[in-house]
Amino acid sequence: MYYNVFGEKVSKRRFKLMCAAAKNRRELIAAGVTSRREMFKMGLLTAGGLLVAKHGLSSRAYAQSVTTNNPASSGANTSPGTNQNCVPGNQMASPPTRPFVVPLTVMPLAHTVPSLTPTPTLNPNTGAGEVRAAAFQAPGISMSRFPVVPKTLYQFNQRQFSTSQHPDLPQQTIWGFDDGTGPRSPGPTYQAFYGTPQITRNINSLPSITEVNNTGFGMASVSTHLHNAHNPSESDGNPCDFYTSGRFCDQYYPNVLAGFNSTNEPNGDINESLSTLWYHDHRVDFTSQNTYKGLVGFYCLFNQSDTGNEETGFHLPSFPQFDIPLLFSDKVYDPNTGDLVFDLFNLDGILGDKFLVNGTIQPFFEVSPRRYRFRLLDVGPSRFYEFFLTGGVAAGSPTTLPFFLIATDGNLIPTPVQVTSVRIGPAERVEVIIDFTKLAGQTVYLENRLNQINGQGPAAVDSQVGPQNSATTECSLVLNNSQPAIKAAGTGNLVLQFRVTGPKVADNSVNPASKPAFYSLPSTTATPRIVRTFKFDRLNGQWSINGQFMDCNTFRFAVQQNSVEQWLLTNLTGDWTHPVHIHLEEHQILTRNRVAPTVPADMGRKDVTQLHPNERVQLFFRFRDWVGKYPMHCHNVVHEDHAMMALWHVVAEGDDVNVP
Amino acid sequence: MKELSRRDMLGMLGMAPLAVGGVAQAFAAPSETADARILPQAQTLSAKARRRIQEQHLPNIPLVTHEGKRVLFYDDLVKNKNVSMNFFYANCDEICPLVMANLAKVQRLLGKQVGRDLFMYSFTLKPTEDTVDDIREHRKMLGAQPGWTFLTGKPEDIETIRAAIGFKYPDPVIDGDKTQHIGNIRYGNEPLMLWSACPGMASADWIAESLQWMIHPQVDRVQKS
Repeated sequence: MYYNVFGEKVSKRRFKLMCAAAKNRRELIAAGVTSRREMFKMGLLTAGGLLVAKHGLSSRAYAQSVTTNNPASSGANTSPGTNQNCVPGNQMASPPTRPFVVPLTVMPLAHTVPSLTPTPTLNPNTGAGEVRAAAFQAPGISMSRFPVVPKTLYQFNQRQFSTSQHPDLPQQTIWGFDDGTGPRSPGPTYQAFYGTPQITRNINSLPSITEVNNTGFGMASVSTHLHNAHNPSESDGNPCDFYTSGRFCDQYYPNVLAGFNSTNEPNGDINESLSTLWYHDHRVDFTSQNTYKGLVGFYCLFNQSDTGNEETGFHLPSFPQFDIPLLFSDKVYDPNTGDLVFDLFNLDGILGDKFLVNGTIQPFFEVSPRRYRFRLLDVGPSRFYEFFLTGGVAAGSPTTLPFFLIATDGNLIPTPVQVTSVRIGPAERVEVIIDFTKLAGQTVYLENRLNQINGQGPAAVDSQVGPQNSATTECSLVLNNSQPAIKAAGTGNLVLQFRVTGPKVADNSVNPASKPAFYSLPSTTATPRIVRTFKFDRLNGQWSINGQFMDCNTFRFAVQQNSVEQWLLTNLTGDWTHPVHIHLEEHQILTRNRVAPTVPADMGRKDVTQLHPNERVQLFFRFRDWVGKYPMHCHNVVHEDHAMMALWHVVAEGDDVNVP
Repeated sequence: MKELSRRDMLGMLGMAPLAVGGVAQAFAAPSETADARILPQAQTLSAKARRRIQEQHLPNIPLVTHEGKRVLFYDDLVKNKNVSMNFFYANCDEICPLVMANLAKVQRLLGKQVGRDLFMYSFTLKPTEDTVDDIREHRKMLGAQPGWTFLTGKPEDIETIRAAIGFKYPDPVIDGDKTQHIGNIRYGNEPLMLWSACPGMASADWIAESLQWMIHPQVDRVQKS
């Protein structure tokens, strides 16, 4: 047991440091710095011959920075190397654009193809240009349930194309996905079903990476991750597997519930049903650029209860007419030319001053006076949102309208909860039901009122979401007393305009106020095989997990297949918020700063957990069914690209590394 | 020191070079022609973007090498090159020794490519303290080979470069504390506008592999479990 959080078990840390020092000394010698006198002169050696413990690395420095479980609202920052003041970014302002002149784009459903040429193969077809790490796992479990060539097939070409993101700006040359109907970004929306396995052939058809054509950013070397899927490793879209133009990867999506081959045979645990997933590029070190450039899209998954038909199952608004995916991104445009630009030289996080929904800046959406299901996704790079529904803007008296939260990340929560706001960070999703019935004829807005002024996270943070917030919440933190956490109604970013001017149509969807029951939350009482601790920190500007950095060639720890683990995520970076994402399996939050969750955002199943400054969050996992490599990482993609990621794997015999 | 061939390098780095098949045509879908249509536009935009990146991030300001030679940052060091860049100072006893030792190992891993296909640059953070002699001596102590250049310059010019490549903290108090200086390594392929960064304390093998992407961006990779 080596808990190193908040100062415990320092001896283990010191031991590791000694090992590191010895290793570094060997490296110095190998590098040609062989003279003791020279090393001493460089300040590398102490008189005793030990490598000097470096500030920020030594256990003493750690002890200083780990006693940071600050009381609420202290505002104190004891973690060296972090930004203690909220300093506005120095980025340029984009050209002006008129709001709400472009209709919302609803991405079309992805088209299947009758066959793929060459036919998909169990083992990677390297001769034909396939780049895949291993054979498909699913057919090895059941060839009848998961045939090597399932009936449902997609072919997605990733292409460079030209599109308008706003009529006041020039055409933008970006990257997107083409299912055969032409390239688009966000890509086509998948409508997938549990029990219907599929293959997507992801082909890199971007322009040659060795010629000057990327318009200023983007690495035409890709790996497409299906975010939140309970997917086998070889088809997960790992950041360490990537390929250039002309190559492809067949990705096998079994669309199967977790536990199907372990705890809940044969169909898996219905209480872990997923609804809103998304796909995006995950190329190591270049994910922020490639997703900013357009390699993102939705993947909606249905089953016998969440049917997509309001006449059946849970009676949620019908997909896709009244069930609308909304993809939020913030971007910057060159003030002179209006061209989309990306800050290639940023280490901390990037904020845009233009708010895009489904690929266009501040669109409007005409809706009918009835209930709609919206799936909200924040693709970053680094912005957090707190969305409110605001009416009365034109009249000059903004009002906050209630709506219902029905899902956090991929999962429906046990029953709808009425809220006045929802908060999401990069890669998170929430689903809501908005009832426009009584708003007929009106114009209302989805408004982001969260105050964020740089890439580190919200200007002031509390750990909770929604109306349950209060200054008395135990884990509330206020980082900067001069900055309000939430702006006043009507003074935030009006991101999307709803015009409730559509025709009156039938509404057979369930009234969320009637408290319909969706799924139950799985039990989290099982004893973990191991408890692992992960410390998210910053060392001399380098984003780290447990003092280490991303390395594709190193598996930091080995999870035992079909076992229970408990992970303790801690954030010592003073005032940075890290949205932490773990692949393969979702988690449930046991405690946040030692208190059991009390609000919907923390109570449901999650694949991204916001780790606020000076917090420790305890997570419950079951790692089931699949084996192979997966990453965990900060999903502020700028942090992710700068090594705040760890690679691990699931194997038959897990290890006992508590602090990987 | 034994020179590593590219083949050794790939094997060592765990990269799996894959057969280059002439298969791209097999996947030609209807809108390939559309891609071809927008390529000239992309190339025009790229030329503009390259100028913008140069103006904002790669200023053409004068520096002095460890050999006392005057050079211009953009024209002489970065333009049309693959590069790595980091900051250090000679009497740094914080993270510099780890990062610089790491870079020495990276140079050995990359072998003859350094100075031919990729250029490594280390800038002193303390140009008022570090003389040309100091940085030359420091470079010698690390066993740096040709292709790895140590640089100093006017303090304001060094600061300009540091800010331009994003190695400043947003908080000026922290930023002024040299012991907390940014330990990352900026790497890039200037003509292709491929830029990223990695921690200087990451494993040398991994840093070397990252730099290889700049030299040979057309690489396909799988990580075996």
